[in-house]
Amino acid sequence: MLSGNIVIGTIGADAHMIGAWVLQKALTEAGFEVTFLGAVVPQEDFVNAAIETNADAILVSSMYGMGILDCEGLRDKCIEAGLKDILLYAGGTLAAPLELERNWPAIEQRFGDMGFDRVYPNTVKVTEVIAALKGDLGMND
Amino acid sequence: MDIHLLIDFGSTYTKIIAVDLEREEVLGRAQALTTIEHDITIGLDNALADLSRDCGFDEGDVQGKYASSSAAGGLRMAAIGLVPDLTLEAARRAALGAGAKVVCAHGFEVDREIIGEVEGASCDIILLTGGTDGGDKAVIIHNARMLAGSTIDCPILVAGNRVVTGQVREILQAAGKTVATARNVLPSLDKVEVEPAQDLIRDIFITRITDAKGLSKARDFTGRDIVPTPMATLHAAALLADGSDDEPGLGSLLVVEVGGATTNVHSVDDGRPSDAQTIVKGLPEARVKRTVEGDLGIRYNAPSIHDMVGEETCQARLAELDPSAAGQSMDLQAHARALSEDVGYIPAGEVEFSIDAMLAQSATTIAVERHAGTLRQEYSVVGAIQVQQGKNLLDTKNLIGTGGIFKYGRHPEKILQAALFSPTNPWSLKPTAPNAYVDGEYLLYGIGLLAEHFPAKALRIGKKYLRRVSLEESTAG
Repeated sequence: MLSGNIVIGTIGADAHMIGAWVLQKALTEAGFEVTFLGAVVPQEDFVNAAIETNADAILVSSMYGMGILDCEGLRDKCIEAGLKDILLYAGGTLAAPLELERNWPAIEQRFGDMGFDRVYPNTVKVTEVIAALKGDLGMND
Repeated sequence: MDIHLLIDFGSTYTKIIAVDLEREEVLGRAQALTTIEHDITIGLDNALADLSRDCGFDEGDVQGKYASSSAAGGLRMAAIGLVPDLTLEAARRAALGAGAKVVCAHGFEVDREIIGEVEGASCDIILLTGGTDGGDKAVIIHNARMLAGSTIDCPILVAGNRVVTGQVREILQAAGKTVATARNVLPSLDKVEVEPAQDLIRDIFITRITDAKGLSKARDFTGRDIVPTPMATLHAAALLADGSDDEPGLGSLLVVEVGGATTNVHSVDDGRPSDAQTIVKGLPEARVKRTVEGDLGIRYNAPSIHDMVGEETCQARLAELDPSAAGQSMDLQAHARALSEDVGYIPAGEVEFSIDAMLAQSATTIAVERHAGTLRQEYSVVGAIQVQQGKNLLDTKNLIGTGGIFKYGRHPEKILQAALFSPTNPWSLKPTAPNAYVDGEYLLYGIGLLAEHFPAKALRIGKKYLRRVSLEESTAG
């Protein structure tokens, strides 16, 4: 049963809140029920918040280039916590900027291997994310 | 004299060490073939008769008796969990830390094929886990139903998602299974809690398995519970490292125990990264940790060591240990096979002793590599960063070798060198410059047996009889 509940936060040791903040604002306006965790959020807190709110998706923001490291293992934790079907999106400056430009397909592939459903570079528009989310959750009707 | 007997019922030999606790001395030792099929006390009495004759004491002089056992296959367990790196890993740690051999380990939904494997593995206990508290319920319930429909008749210990523990117990009990329940081994995603499950494993071993394995007469003889041998060694490792109230320990340490069928590695070390910049991944590690490699042993598993390392490397290592072997063009593969078919074999001549040492070296290299953590490099905005998985043992202060090869074999220091950090594999966090000791008296399990009752004395005896060796490459010649 879809709840339209979404958990958003900035993962790991990253204190940059702006990306996640913009997202939560836009998603709330688009009618989603958003739980905003702020910055410097460990994986466990994303999972726990998703359990508590019966969330359909976890949106992870990372702006300091260590997104791959910080996101590794999140899908496994979701499975253990009974959230095996939850949507996982990641976005932001997920790797060093040069890497992002040159090796985007490789980065996308790596997030895919880690069990993420979608991954976005820091240049993405919120409208694109919202459209994808609605599509993935079958909320377009 | 204050004589105490330290007995180990091994799979092949029953060993006894007599210690005088008043003088903190080893009086003597004896061994006889383990006779668990008929009556375990026959072998015990044989060894005891030799020992009392050699040391000149009567049974009436004996103040205390303690025993461990790895006879009749030791403590064989299956671990079942959900995610391999999470609840399954926590279940494996719970079993290993309780002195068990993990004979099967499976994550996610088990199927008929896996159940068949577990049925055929003659397990003593099955540890069923899955889900954090309040987390996934479906998989542990599915796995409980599969176990319920199996022919398995050993106790099943449930230590998974608390929310469905009752339901899981009912499913298993309805099928006539013996069930025990403990707290979840992974109550939340960042917390491993293996002690409650381990306490129950110990209880089950004492109340049920002691009788089932023909050890009840041994318990009557000692007048106390028999513990699994690896558990005794783990207690010894913890005591030697951390000390007792009135006797300081040696500090962090790594124990390598090379046996005929398995190689055990015990570490007592926080295992934290060497510098604050390193990121640590994976489940939190325990300070006292045991791993056992069921495919590494210098008799039963000599062929598997040979296959893993390869003929060429085996020959090269042998030539290094024993230059005279180079000219003899030994068929090491055939020799390894012969060793696995005659597991009581005692080497004849210098070259065969060197082959034993070479096999032990290879087992040590691989076993310590699997036990120690790893480091890898990732790139970020700030440049390269190090990511550690598992325990960092680079700064571990002491290294101890134990097992028959360290008592009866040759080249103990060469075997221990294989446990050290190697520049050819810098990502494996093995000790760089530990003080090295050889358990030449094969005393370690006994130290562990005494640890609970006489920690300071046990520790002093251990320190006294562990022989310090140098691992510096010899510069002579």
